[in-house]
Amino acid sequence: MNEFSGAPRQTRRTILKGAVGLAALGLGAGGALTGAHAAADAKAWPEKAFSAKGEADALKALYGKSGEPSDKVNLDAPEIAENGAVVPIAVASTLPNVTGIAILVLENPNTLAAAYKIPEGTEASVASRLKMAKTSKVMAVVESGGKLYTATKEVKVTVGGCGG
Amino acid sequence: MASTIRVRAIASGDATQVQALISHPMDSGFVKDSKGQLIPAHHIDVVEFEHNGKVVFTCLWGPAVSKDPYVKFSFKGAKKGDDLKVSWVDNKGQSDSSVSKIG
Repeated sequence: MNEFSGAPRQTRRTILKGAVGLAALGLGAGGALTGAHAAADAKAWPEKAFSAKGEADALKALYGKSGEPSDKVNLDAPEIAENGAVVPIAVASTLPNVTGIAILVLENPNTLAAAYKIPEGTEASVASRLKMAKTSKVMAVVESGGKLYTATKEVKVTVGGCGG
Repeated sequence: MASTIRVRAIASGDATQVQALISHPMDSGFVKDSKGQLIPAHHIDVVEFEHNGKVVFTCLWGPAVSKDPYVKFSFKGAKKGDDLKVSWVDNKGQSDSSVSKIG
């Protein structure tokens, strides 16, 4: 008797899971989105890391350790950003087993600008656009094999993106 | 309401390149309006990209990400015609999601 007891429960769970997935897909394809079924969870947001001031505190709050400079972290940012509200910044790395990428703008009111989780099968490369309050060093941080590696570049900002 | 998410995902060989554009004010909480009042922070916290029920990319965004944020990344294991689900949630609890086909 015992060896069978697990089987129906497993099946029921699988069916339920499938139904929820289908419902979510149907909603998405319909186009009329209420957002009630969104999978992104605000609880995953590391509030402490984003409110930290200074790169050491931000990295400690986010990853619990500090990084070391590495030439295998490639930070692509402009020398001069004419508009601090939109600064294109790309980070890529040739390091193996990358699990996370973070971008820090050292002179911004809150140092940590964005962090990305990289699961297995996703390339260690991300491009996005950030706001910069003023001319500042930008630091790219790559988490690889449990260690942090960084690259830093100064970006000159002629018009700040955080003031009124 | 039209979806806030625009996604272009293109499979080429092994990898799928994803570009996403989300329309969102991304107010940093440091900018004042015309009356000199601070506009409260209003920004996306988390964006998740899902393929076949597996999360392939997660963005954790602070207020320093630009208005109407853009992000580009690549992942392996998807093929043309697969669904890619994108969902986001912001610091006021608003959210949106979309499903698009990988082309």
